[in-house]
Formats: sequence, structure tokens, C-alpha cells
Amino acid sequence: MATREFAAHDAHVHAAPTSWIRKYVFSLDHKVIGIQYFFLALTAVFVGMFLSLLMRIHLIWPAAALPLLGEIKPETYLTLLTMHGTIMVFFVLTTAPQGGFGNYFLPIQIGAPDMAFPVLNMLSFWVTALAFVVMLSAFFVVGGAPLHGWTGYPPLSALPAAGPGEALGADLWVISIALFCLGALMSALNFITTTLDMRAKGMTLMRMPLTCWAWFITAILGLLAFGVLLSAGILLLLDRNAGTSFFVPLVTINGQLTGHRGGSPLLWQHLFWFFGHPEVYIAILPAMGLCSQLLSVFSRKPIFGYKAMVYAMLSIGFLGFMVWGHHMFMSGMSPYTAFAFSVMTMAIGVPSAIKTFNWLGTIWKGRIRFTSPMLFALGFVSLFISGGISGPFLAQPVLDIQLHDTYFVVGHFHLIMGVASIFGIFAATYYWFPKMFGRMMNEGMARWHFFITLIGTYAIFMPMHYLGMAAHLRRYSQLTELKYLHGLVPLQEFMTYAAFVTIAGQFLFLFNLFWSMKFGEKATDNPWEATTLEWTTATPPPHDNFGGHIPVVYNGPYEYSVPGAPRDFIMQTDPAILKAH
Amino acid sequence: MSEATLPHEMPSVYEPSLFGTYSKKIGMWLFLMSDSLTFGALLYAYSYGRISTPNWPTPFHSESIVNATIMTAFLLTSSLTMVLAVRASTEGNAKAQRLWLLATMACGMGFVLLHGREWSKLIAEGLTLPVFPKPPGGETASEFVNVSKTVPQFAATFFGLTGMHMLHVTLGVVYLGIVALRRYFIPILLVFWLAAWLGTPAYSPFHYGAHVLLLAAIVCSIILWLKPKVYDSSDVEVAGLYWHFVDLVWMFIFPLVYLMSAKIL
Repeated sequence: MATREFAAHDAHVHAAPTSWIRKYVFSLDHKVIGIQYFFLALTAVFVGMFLSLLMRIHLIWPAAALPLLGEIKPETYLTLLTMHGTIMVFFVLTTAPQGGFGNYFLPIQIGAPDMAFPVLNMLSFWVTALAFVVMLSAFFVVGGAPLHGWTGYPPLSALPAAGPGEALGADLWVISIALFCLGALMSALNFITTTLDMRAKGMTLMRMPLTCWAWFITAILGLLAFGVLLSAGILLLLDRNAGTSFFVPLVTINGQLTGHRGGSPLLWQHLFWFFGHPEVYIAILPAMGLCSQLLSVFSRKPIFGYKAMVYAMLSIGFLGFMVWGHHMFMSGMSPYTAFAFSVMTMAIGVPSAIKTFNWLGTIWKGRIRFTSPMLFALGFVSLFISGGISGPFLAQPVLDIQLHDTYFVVGHFHLIMGVASIFGIFAATYYWFPKMFGRMMNEGMARWHFFITLIGTYAIFMPMHYLGMAAHLRRYSQLTELKYLHGLVPLQEFMTYAAFVTIAGQFLFLFNLFWSMKFGEKATDNPWEATTLEWTTATPPPHDNFGGHIPVVYNGPYEYSVPGAPRDFIMQTDPAILKAH
Repeated sequence: MSEATLPHEMPSVYEPSLFGTYSKKIGMWLFLMSDSLTFGALLYAYSYGRISTPNWPTPFHSESIVNATIMTAFLLTSSLTMVLAVRASTEGNAKAQRLWLLATMACGMGFVLLHGREWSKLIAEGLTLPVFPKPPGGETASEFVNVSKTVPQFAATFFGLTGMHMLHVTLGVVYLGIVALRRYFIPILLVFWLAAWLGTPAYSPFHYGAHVLLLAAIVCSIILWLKPKVYDSSDVEVAGLYWHFVDLVWMFIFPLVYLMSAKIL
């Protein structure tokens, strides 16, 4: 077979585009695609945040007439809840860290000129963008957006007659999710192939920065999880439009038979959560990788336990596929099954604790530089612990049955999956902004943003744990209707005021972002004195990332404060360390 | 065919790939991994429905089974011709490669046509989904009418699983067509689309299903516009991986959906 030609690697290189539309719109350059993903997520996060603000307002002033929108009806509250959850989980937490920063920095950090499949990369962005447009369009069709929650549990999600928004709005919702799955699958296989195939000479797997490991493992999770959600979405679409009954048992609406029979809502729950739990790690793993990176950079110390970090992430990813049943303790599953899921779930505590202790070990006795990315990385660790500690409570079937449908769960997943991942995204933005846009972000505004967001999110989500223990139902907005909730209303009011302040703080971030693009201080090539490859190239990087050559790597990514070295950091491409030994 | 000993004239600027092969092939394997989970979820849904439904019907008479066996033969033959196409491509025999690819596509189309005929017959006999329009002539007094009424899961899983597989075979034929004939395949594809659309009666699910071909033609045109390149032997091999996978999926669907629901059971 000697005649076979394997022009494998040469195929990745493509010429720089010249036309505006191929350069900035339908670009094949992973850096442009990364920025496109970033702005998609930025748009989505402000939409999602606005919806949450409306929810908080409705909770404490149910009869308030808002300008333009009027009074929010209870079913509209459910719509807000559904769209807030869906937009935040899919188009922010999945899109920004992986699609945005992963796309931009994975190839640069491993020393590649681009992703393995640039055309596929472009397609995955545009499919994701289309999915976002379809999702938003659900607001504007007859009946409005759906109200079945981001988990889309049938029969509610499967029956167009089940409520306002469950007709065309819910169809658009399912189609958007299916499109998102396709985009995520294309992106995942691209990430994995790039990591396997396009590492520069000397960049062995165990010399990759932990960010790359995180993106790599996240992509594997995405590859295996989104295919299942795609199937579930197709079946749901068939149930809604083809008259099948995969998920719908014999049900009546207002005394009328729906024509469905024989299906099982539990089937959806199994398929959904088989995707849904890995999805949680898809959201949090990139933030974990980034946090490891930043704590090392800004403590001027090697990461504590590099290999342990890698294996911990791998085992978190692996165990993530074994625990979907813990979302279904309320479904009447056998106690033996629940026990098995419970044990597997608590096992995830072990690698999570390994990571946390390694983070603490990394900053221990370090010469810490409290820059804005470092602050957000520390904030991430804080939120990861606060949100994670309630996990083992919810992993107990007995406790979960009490807490499951209460605000306790809302507090738990917002701290760990929502805000912790968002802190990862903020840290990434402050850290990589100089490389992406050539200027530094304003440090003063960044600090204000950090303290407002940290204190604000704790003020919003910590009280939810108390609400939950007091049996305050989630997904329920009529606080004044139930007597036992009256005592809890002041706490809800406090959370709404905290939300106002926190959201105001985010506009500071938005202003800082755009202001710094234009007026920020010019950035040098390596402003943070970090070691990884993206800081060896120009700012912003040229089209092929390294200006016509592929770097050669000699060192691991965390060579800080090496005794005898001339500086307190040694670049990965710096051969000096070989001579020193 | 040891790919670990690739002839590299220039020393590579990269670390050796973990699997010692080229990116496209790894990408296809990864896609197949994810696609197997997609089909796995559908098969899981089928098993779930079948186990949780008392008195699962076994209505397929010998005619259906014989038809499905012929379809299986078509697919198995197509795997053989695909292997021959890959061999021709590694030998650099462009003409034989194209002929074997076309033979593979012909087998695939034979499969889809037989399958379509089978679907239409079952629908006419009363095994149907509420979304399918009623064929003219009304319902025959077949036991399929009864099955559709008493166990709707049967028709749902049958059409869901085989429909998804049929879609994969159809897209596979398009994929092979693009690899074999490149942009010259686009007009042929449009002819197929018109033939399928105009050649099926309006009450047939294939009348609307034919638009998949139009959609495929549009997507293929965009991809060919973005990447106007000559396909080499690696493309044939990667397309072969996809084709064999689709065959393999049928080897699960045939016994689980057809044989286990045959009348003798």
C-alpha cells in the first residue's frame, strides 16, 4: 500500500481569505469562529438574564404592570422559566466555554494552525446560530414560547393542546434543540480530532495545558451525549406531529382523550438525563480546566498534581454517564436502583475533591497576583465548593424526595452549574481578551464587576437553600396564594433586590468589554507572563496562528518559579531548561 | 495495510497521531460512535416500548420477511462492492473505483426502493401512523388495522427505526455519489428528487420525504462550493466506513424489528 497518499496534515492548511464575507462572516478561521461563538453566547446570556429578571419581578410583584410587556400571567412565568433555562444551558454554558474559547485557543495552545476540519467548524457555528434564531422565534409565534421547562418533560411537552405555547412554540423549541445537537456533534468530533492529530512536535498529551484536557474531555462527553438527545428530540417531534406515542400514556385534556396511548414519560426522562447529566459536566469542565490554568499562572507556581487533575477530569467525565438516574428519584424507581445511582453519584465527590484540594495546593504559599482573571478563578473555586457541597445531600434518595421540587435544587445547580461556569467564562474573557483583541480590559471596572457579581450571586442563590428546606416549591410563582409561604416572602424580596444589583453589575462588564476594545491599554504579546503557546505568538495572532511555522515544544505548561531559571517562568517553547539540567 | 508505517517524505511538524492514521478517518470513527448512540437510543426506546407493552403483536407474514431478507441481501452485497471500491482506490484504479462505487449505490437504491414498496404495502394494509394520509380504497380488513389501533407502539417503533435507517441509507447513497462523481452528481440528485416527488402519489409518505433529496442537494452544493477538491482514496475509505456502519445497524434492525415480530413467534 505504499502508493497511498496521506496528505493528512497538509489538508488542514487553508489560505487567508480576502473577501469581507469570507473573512468575518463565513470564515473558516477558528479564531473568527471562536469570536462568533463568543458573541452568540453574549447575546444569549443577556436575553436569558432579562428573562430571569422578569421572573424575579413577577415573584414579588405578581400584579405589576410592566412597560411594554404589561402584567405577567402565571403561565407566562412558566414560559420565562423554560426559555431562561434552555437559553442559558445550551446557548451560554455550552456555547461560550467550548465553542467560544475552546475554538479560539485549543488549536493555538497545542500549536496547530487551525482545527482539523475548518469547514465543519464553520458549519457547526452556523447551525448553532440558526438554532438560537429558531429558539428565539418561539417567542413571536401564536401562543408564544413553550412552558414545559428546559427538561421538556412529556406529556406536557408532547401535547400541543396542553397549554399556551405548547403548539407551534414547542415545535420550534424541539427543532432548535435538535439543530443545536447537530452543531454540538460536529464541533465535538472536530475538537477530538484536532487534539489527537494536530499537536505540535513535543506537545505530548501530558504536556497539554489543563484547558486543552478540559476541552478534549468535554468534547468526548458532547459526542456521546448529544446523539442521545438528538434521538429523544426526534421521537418527541414524532409524538407531537406524527401521532406516535413514545412518551405519552393514555391521557385526557379537559376530559377529552388525546388519542395517545401506551407510551411512557419515563422513557423521555431516561433519554433526556442520559444526556442531561453529562451536559452538566460539559458546562463545568472547561471552567475547571481554565481555573487550574489561572491559579497556576497567577500564583507563579506549577499546578499541584497535574496528572491527578487529568485523571480526575477523566473520571468525572466517565462517572457522569453513570448517574443520570439521580434526577429521577421522584419517578418511583426501585429503591435498589436508586441506591446504585446514589452511590455512583457520591463517587463523583472523590475526583471533585481531588481537584479542589489541588487548587488549594496550587495557591498555597504562592506569590499570588490578584488580577481580575485570578479573582474570578478564586471565585470559581469558592462557588464550586459552595454549590458542590449540597450535591451529596441531593444524591441521597431519601433527602432528595423532600428537596427535589423545592428551591434547594435551584440554589444547588445555579451555584455550581450556572454561576461557577459563568465565573469561568468571565475569567477566560479577562484572561484572553488581550490576545483576542489586542488591548487590556480595564482593571478597575473588572474588580467592581467581580465583587458585585460574587456578593450578588451569593445573595441571590444562598437563600434558596433555606427556601428549599422550608419546602418552598420551585417552578411556582403564586407566593401570595399559599399561607405557609407568607413568611418566606421577605427572603424572596431580598433575592429580587440582589438580582437587580447583580444584573446592573453585568452592564459594567458589557461596557468594559466594548470600551476596552477601542480604548483599552495596548497589550504586549505576553501580558500575564504565562508559559503556554498562545503567548508566544503575535497579538492578535496571524491567520495561521504562528506566522508560517509550527512551534516545537520542550516543556510542560506549568514551569513557574523554576530554581535557577533566569525568569520566574519558562515558556513551553523555550529550550533553555534542557541546558539547565 | 499497516498505517503506522506511513511514507512521509518530509518529517512531520506534528506529534504522531494517537491512532496512527489521518484526521478524516478519525473524524468518521467519532461520528459513527455518536451515531451508534443515536441509534442505540432508538433501539432502547423500541425495547422499552416492547417490554412495557403486554401482548406485543407479531403480525409480519412471510411475504414481509422474504422482502426484508432480499433487502438484507442487497445491503450485504453493497458492503462487498464497497470493499472492492476501496481496494480499487488503493490500487489507483480510478475507473474500477467509480464502477464499484456506482454498484454500491445501485444496491443501496435497490434497498431503499424495496423498503419503500414494503412501507407502502403495510400502510395500505392498515399498519399506519396517524400522520400518514389514508390511501384511497379505504381500509382492508387486515390484522394490521387492528394492530395499529390496539398497540400504536408497534407502528411507531417500526416506522421510527426503519425510517431513521432508511434516511441513513439514502444519505449514504448521496455521499457515495458525491465521492464518485463530485459536482456532476448534483444534477443527477435533482433528477432523483423530481422522480421521487412526482413519481409517488400524494398520500404516500415518500411524496414529502423526497424533499430530503433536495435538501441534500443544497447542502452538498454548499460543501462543494466551499471545498472544491479532488477526492482521493482516503475519501473512498472514509465513505466506506460510513456505509458499513449503516449495514451494521440494519443487522440489528432486521432481527429485532422483523424476525422477532414474524408470525410464527
